[in-house]
Amino acid sequence: MAEPMKIRATLKGDVADIRVLIAHPMETGQRKDAKGDIVPMHFIQSIVVTHNGNTVYSGQWSQAVARNPVFAVRVRGAKVGDKVGVTWVDNKGDKRTDEATVSAS
Amino acid sequence: MNGKRRNFLRLAGAAGTVAAAAIAGLIRSGQALAQAWNKAGFESKAVADVLKSLGATGAAESRDIVITAPDIAENGAVVPVEVVSRIPGTEVISIIAEKNPFPLAAIVEISNGGEPYTYVRIKMGETANVRAVVKAGGRFYTAAKEVKVTVGGCG
Repeated sequence: MAEPMKIRATLKGDVADIRVLIAHPMETGQRKDAKGDIVPMHFIQSIVVTHNGNTVYSGQWSQAVARNPVFAVRVRGAKVGDKVGVTWVDNKGDKRTDEATVSAS
Repeated sequence: MNGKRRNFLRLAGAAGTVAAAAIAGLIRSGQALAQAWNKAGFESKAVADVLKSLGATGAAESRDIVITAPDIAENGAVVPVEVVSRIPGTEVISIIAEKNPFPLAAIVEISNGGEPYTYVRIKMGETANVRAVVKAGGRFYTAAKEVKVTVGGCG
């Protein structure tokens, strides 16, 4: 099963800087294993970030996003204690949602 | 006694139906997400086809899109790319690594106070332009930055 994401949300002025680390292999479907067989594609296709329940970032990714993806989102008009949610879905239908709160920097 | 048993069976049956419906609902929402994925764009092998799938053919070059990426990436498996758009009303930022087998790397829609900013680490097969395409107010703008890749990250 998918491991929890690491989400860090810090406030700078009124902009929340949200950084997310996801543990995911992000296989491209081009790599071969030790036996020379192609490792099938396995990557996150859809990623949604919410701020107090409103979608602020709706991403579509390809297999070209690096392994164990790191990405960042900035949200204006945020306050300390605001709720941030991140959900991803991969091409095998696996999914995971994690939450964090905005903290002062 | 018998009546109780009937009742129990009926209740269990009802609960089962509800659970099945919930699972069906979950599967359906997953499919909806998959459908939103721009299959045509992500499976295009040519940059022109990617732009077409985004509806961004003939996007105007803009200096208001700032791409921050290393000049030389030693490891193509991890190339950090940051895109900031200063174009008012930026709605969508897409990232394209022009010489990758499948150039389109990410499409990011921004809404509800999200800043016109995106950062993601991508893989690059070889030295190429990293192109950002921005949709703002129904129009498309683009900018590119060359990243030299020492060791490709696709193998």
